[in-house]
Amino acid sequence: MALPLEGIRVLDLTIVWAGPHATMLLADWGAEVIRIESTQVMQPNTRGRLAHPPPDLPRLRKDWGFAYPDWEPGENSWNRYPIFQSHARNKKSMTVDMLRPEGRDVAYDLFRTADIFIENNVPSTIEKLGLTYEELRKVRPDLIAVRMPAYGLDGPYKHYRSFGVQVESTAGHTLVRGYPDEDYSTIDQTYLGDGAAGASGAFAAVMALRHRMRTGKGQMVECSLGENFVPYLGESIMDWTMNGRVHSTLGNRRPDGAPQGAYPCAGDDNWVALSVTSDREWAGLCEAMGAPELRRDPRFSSVLARFKHHDALDERIAEWSSGLSASEAAAALQTHGVPAGPVLRDSEMYADPQLAHDGFFKRFEHADAGTHDYPGLMWMMDRTPNDLRTPPVRLGEHNDYVYGELLAYPAERRAALERDGHIGTRYAAHIP
Amino acid sequence: MLDPPTAETPLSGVTVLDLSQGIAGGYCTKLLADHGADVIKIEPPCGDAQRAAPPFHRDDAHPEKSGSFLHLNTNKRSVTLDVASRAGRKIVPALAEQAAVVVESFAPAESEPLGLSYASLSERRPDLVIVSITGFGRSGPYRDLKTSEIVTYAMGGPMHATGLPDREPMKLGENVLQYHAGACAASAAMIALWKAEMTGEGDHVELSQFRAQAANQDRRTTMLVGYQYTGEDNLRKIGSSVPGTGVRICGDGYVHFMAGEGKIADVARMMGQPELLDDPRFATATARARPTASDEFDEHLLPFTLQYSKRELFQLAQANLIPSGPLYDSSDLVGDPVFEQRGMWEKVTHPAAGPLTQVGRPFIMHGSPRRPMRPAPLLGEHTAEVLCGRLGLASEELAALRREGVV
Repeated sequence: MALPLEGIRVLDLTIVWAGPHATMLLADWGAEVIRIESTQVMQPNTRGRLAHPPPDLPRLRKDWGFAYPDWEPGENSWNRYPIFQSHARNKKSMTVDMLRPEGRDVAYDLFRTADIFIENNVPSTIEKLGLTYEELRKVRPDLIAVRMPAYGLDGPYKHYRSFGVQVESTAGHTLVRGYPDEDYSTIDQTYLGDGAAGASGAFAAVMALRHRMRTGKGQMVECSLGENFVPYLGESIMDWTMNGRVHSTLGNRRPDGAPQGAYPCAGDDNWVALSVTSDREWAGLCEAMGAPELRRDPRFSSVLARFKHHDALDERIAEWSSGLSASEAAAALQTHGVPAGPVLRDSEMYADPQLAHDGFFKRFEHADAGTHDYPGLMWMMDRTPNDLRTPPVRLGEHNDYVYGELLAYPAERRAALERDGHIGTRYAAHIP
Repeated sequence: MLDPPTAETPLSGVTVLDLSQGIAGGYCTKLLADHGADVIKIEPPCGDAQRAAPPFHRDDAHPEKSGSFLHLNTNKRSVTLDVASRAGRKIVPALAEQAAVVVESFAPAESEPLGLSYASLSERRPDLVIVSITGFGRSGPYRDLKTSEIVTYAMGGPMHATGLPDREPMKLGENVLQYHAGACAASAAMIALWKAEMTGEGDHVELSQFRAQAANQDRRTTMLVGYQYTGEDNLRKIGSSVPGTGVRICGDGYVHFMAGEGKIADVARMMGQPELLDDPRFATATARARPTASDEFDEHLLPFTLQYSKRELFQLAQANLIPSGPLYDSSDLVGDPVFEQRGMWEKVTHPAAGPLTQVGRPFIMHGSPRRPMRPAPLLGEHTAEVLCGRLGLASEELAALRREGVV
């Protein structure tokens, strides 16, 4: 059965996570996504921080951003980089150096065949490459361009650079998360701002397709990563504009229900998370803990009272949870109608029965990375059976398809482009 | 440069029946409503649960004054209806028949008894799209489990790797995961709607909040892949170990820098101390990977950052090509003239809460017009308009339903 976006061609000049998430969602549901890459320029944190990292660095650092297979960058590190491998399934890759005129000609030929262009670079990069909407619509008048700058395509912040984590800072997220009694530097890495922009980018792209179908007109969509994240903090914004109140972090707690938190369980570094959002769930928590007397304790008689005495309550809950495994505690709580779950490690996600039931993970044999199980589709559609189709795409893997079939360039032209470093499958040796 | 917008909004002609409650469904249908869909929100006669959620306008805990509800329900219409009542079981399918998209967030065990199965609703509308937003899925071992913001992050997200090693794992701020589930549901709804309009075949989308996290393109999927690649779980760590990277204090708050391997020279240049890169402690990537390198570098960096405000430092860092962002709170953000100039905020007047400044848009579609924002509806504001005007209910019938407490 055909996937919904079959027949839609997306040119993908995306980097890191935000843009790649948007094109991943479109590729997952059938669009032909062709990454335009260059063997002459290494985009930061996309196929690696370095093309040729010192072999000992990843094992020394042991950081998630360096988690190459067996901590080894290997021969083709750019085809083994975990950030890239997490989104690049179902996509195609071609290479061309658009900074040179003959490379730009190739790109424009490709744009003639495209429905959608998605990018999330610093705007100056797009201007330098001659890929502004104004230029591109000359070769493809009804093109849809989804541009995802950090803060916008005009104004003083136009060329500002931010990763998802800084975008979240600017949008107000960093100050409302984290431990209330620790410095803000203690949690310096969350990136929901990227996932958020990716979801919006895909949403906007398909809305623009619908608009094109009905009016014949393409358009440019401007999805600023920072602005896009602000609605996620609607409560915080509304409290300021309505009441002049600024939110600060509540840690794991919430203003409208108590208790809520992550509590220690038996063993090393095991935790159960739970929320009490109603009086009925409070009764359920007391029952699950075998502590009916807590319900009569005046310190805990209402949401406000429980919030006020949250520390004391936390101690009681921790005493109880410490004697149980995280999954035992969560099961006892859910049995009594309390939202709860174990805080799962990566390895435990791979053993999770619901994800197994969903067939979430997909095993791929990858020519440069070996055989592994990859996280799968974000959602399901009952009447459109779907799964990951192809493994994370290798640099230039579809050069033959793009130059040979799609653009049908004669052999001499392809040979020249290959000789001049446009067509290739390895980053140039001069790139660190 | 750009053509003037057409008269069509992106979702002109799309009717959405919103049976969801809470944030995820509410944000999904807000995105659809804000882009031109006619969203009919069905609320139980006592109102959507979100009407009881803080913050409240001037702290008045009134069902028309929840800032969360006001934010989530712009441009929608509100109909009150007891969907479990006999009349409700007739009215909901009749409304669904006139809609292109139905969004619901009932517990999976509840939705079928309410007559909300895809099989029955799609009988008369084979091109109908239903979007079910669940905690864990409509089938499987977790089907009937309850979730919440923290539970979704605990099970689906990288919470185990968020926070300090010697303390409890930490959730993200406020309700951001529920919003994200809503945004992903809107993408899914749009892709299914595209299919329905192109082929005449509807579909039933299942978006579980758990799975939306497990598949999320932030650290989550990268860490899952990393675990596969190395066999090692990602654990909580003390801040960043990369010199010049992470949150740093400044004169009036904090700024987040991302120096990383390629950017350390830019940081030294911003500080006016390019010679720091000649220092053997910072000269090579391997030297900078030493556990103490970041603290050593901070001895030079912090005396510099403390001289500046967060906005000044943001601008300085950006002038030196360093990815960075100030740690803003909502007053900083709303007060930032750049975001103001870009039209981030909209002013509406709500009948109960009065004049409000709200977040205007997540992104800009330059070829499609934005309609002026309508404030969130009053509870049941459009009951008569929809049930009589759309479904052709006689006014006596509506009066009878009101007497029975169904609407």
